[in-house]
Amino acid sequence: MMALMFASITFSAGAETIEERTAPCQACHGEKGQSETENTPSLGGQHAPYTLIQLFMFREKLRTFEPMNEMAKALTDDDLRVFSEFIAKLPKPSPPADAGEPARLQRGQALVQQHRCDTCHNPDLSGKENVPRIAAQREDYLAKTLGEYKDNSRRGYDGSMADVMATITSEQIADLAYFIAHVR
Amino acid sequence: MISHSSMPRSLLLAGAFFGAFTFSAAAQQPAAPPAAGAPPAAAPALPPGSPLIGRPAGNEAAAKLAPNAPPPIPAAPDKLPTAKLKVPAGFNIEVYAAGMANARSLALGDKGTVFVGSRLVDKVYAIVNKDGKREVKVLASGLYRPNGLAFKDGTLYIAELSKVSKIEKVEDNLDNPPKPTVIFDKLPKDEAHGWKFIGIGPDKKLYVPVGQPGNNVLNDDEHGLIHRMNLDGSGAEVIARGVRNTVGFDWHPETKQLYFTDNGRDWMSEDVPEDELNRITKVGEHFGTPFCLQGNILDPEFGWGKSCSDYTAPVGLLGPHSAALGMRFYTGSMFPKTYKNVAIIARHGSWNRSKKVGGDLVIAKLNKDGTMKSMEPFLTGFVEENKYIGRPVDVLQMKDGSLLVSDDWNGAVYRITYGKQKVAGKS
Repeated sequence: MMALMFASITFSAGAETIEERTAPCQACHGEKGQSETENTPSLGGQHAPYTLIQLFMFREKLRTFEPMNEMAKALTDDDLRVFSEFIAKLPKPSPPADAGEPARLQRGQALVQQHRCDTCHNPDLSGKENVPRIAAQREDYLAKTLGEYKDNSRRGYDGSMADVMATITSEQIADLAYFIAHVR
Repeated sequence: MISHSSMPRSLLLAGAFFGAFTFSAAAQQPAAPPAAGAPPAAAPALPPGSPLIGRPAGNEAAAKLAPNAPPPIPAAPDKLPTAKLKVPAGFNIEVYAAGMANARSLALGDKGTVFVGSRLVDKVYAIVNKDGKREVKVLASGLYRPNGLAFKDGTLYIAELSKVSKIEKVEDNLDNPPKPTVIFDKLPKDEAHGWKFIGIGPDKKLYVPVGQPGNNVLNDDEHGLIHRMNLDGSGAEVIARGVRNTVGFDWHPETKQLYFTDNGRDWMSEDVPEDELNRITKVGEHFGTPFCLQGNILDPEFGWGKSCSDYTAPVGLLGPHSAALGMRFYTGSMFPKTYKNVAIIARHGSWNRSKKVGGDLVIAKLNKDGTMKSMEPFLTGFVEENKYIGRPVDVLQMKDGSLLVSDDWNGAVYRITYGKQKVAGKS
């Protein structure tokens, strides 16, 4: 597994600047906020309150993903805040260059409307505060995450997404991820 | 004086007012504009029972209706909003203990230990009094949504999402507590309304609710109810149905009847239905969910062919979307006599309403027949410019008659006292 390669990376004690301290993050999540690694989210422009919750959950093992649990375990509360705020300032990710298949985009968009994703994630899916930016996120990560919320293998901070996903099918997840990844 | 400008008197008997409400406001919204970019696609019709029916989309009001997740890291004691909190004249509020992420339900041990549950983290805390100093310990971790706590005869009962456990002689083992042992796990695993409040009645039985598995659903027999069981988990029976989601209850000090708060459904409208204060007078009562809301409104989806007169109506209404959670009857001697046997109710505060309601403690006074006579503000100040700076979850009366209040937003517990404070420093 790609991810396991980084399981042993920890933050070197001598690192001083935030850029140096976040270098291990960028190895998987991309250097300019945009991830090139499969199933690994782009972090650029992510809202600090959301990132703080996720880093906290990784540290406390409330969200399970071994490489991230390992990375976060030694972080202090202040570290979590500093990292979250740094990540929020990275450039937000860009969608794929292709315009996308109109039929799939239309199906995905209809689902976004029908399930009122915009209520929390904003009409442009840019998110706010504790609700993540999902626009132009990696399609594979979106599909994986939605699936995990649906089968509750990713236990959310609260149950909001489990509730939303209860009525959404696997085929619909594919269309949703495709559309959201293409939102610019 | 118990009067705060934040709550108009008209709220006190809001139930009567809304009885005459009509449903034009709850009619289907017009088709939503596209979420982003591409040309609009027609949204398919929603199936019956969809949790999405009635939701607004793509407008300014819709953007104000997202759930409010609290910060995961508890606020430092000097960052707590204590100075902004308001209590009636003669009362004082101070920090009792801080640093407990997502502090939720409260329970009091025989030896004065205060136990604190959580919902979004995995911990149960113990606030220990030692040589006049208070200290917070993590009593248990690795639990799943351990929101509910109850204490009886030395044993702490802990309710996670789908099971109830106990720790015996807990106060003798605070430094090295044993792992909780499971006494009851025949509970559904739904995330929606899955976290629990629990309590032990004057009948020495454990009361364990199961909420509805969604906002507004036609639930099966395993949901929307309150169980009662022996303290070892045996003999479980259903004593109430038609309960959407109760996260607080207590027994009346004189009549010994069980009163419980119940949260009304979301997404129907800004102002109805209201959260309920209910009373169980006999085993097997049905409190209306999902057919009849707040005792006098038939649900626009599930109410067809039903009649509210077939269900037990609430004894009082507690405000729309206000999230009435923990409640206890006040039996202490510290507060003025007018507080004797009133219900003190924590309203966590709304999320599904464009202007916040709740985020406070209210006092519910009862009529002789046990119905609610009035609702008055008691602790306010948690809402600033329509945003939370704290959210009360549960209340707990201490032996000296003071009252503890948990705040899951800040991970803290406050104490409300009455009369001159012993310690100087506050004028």
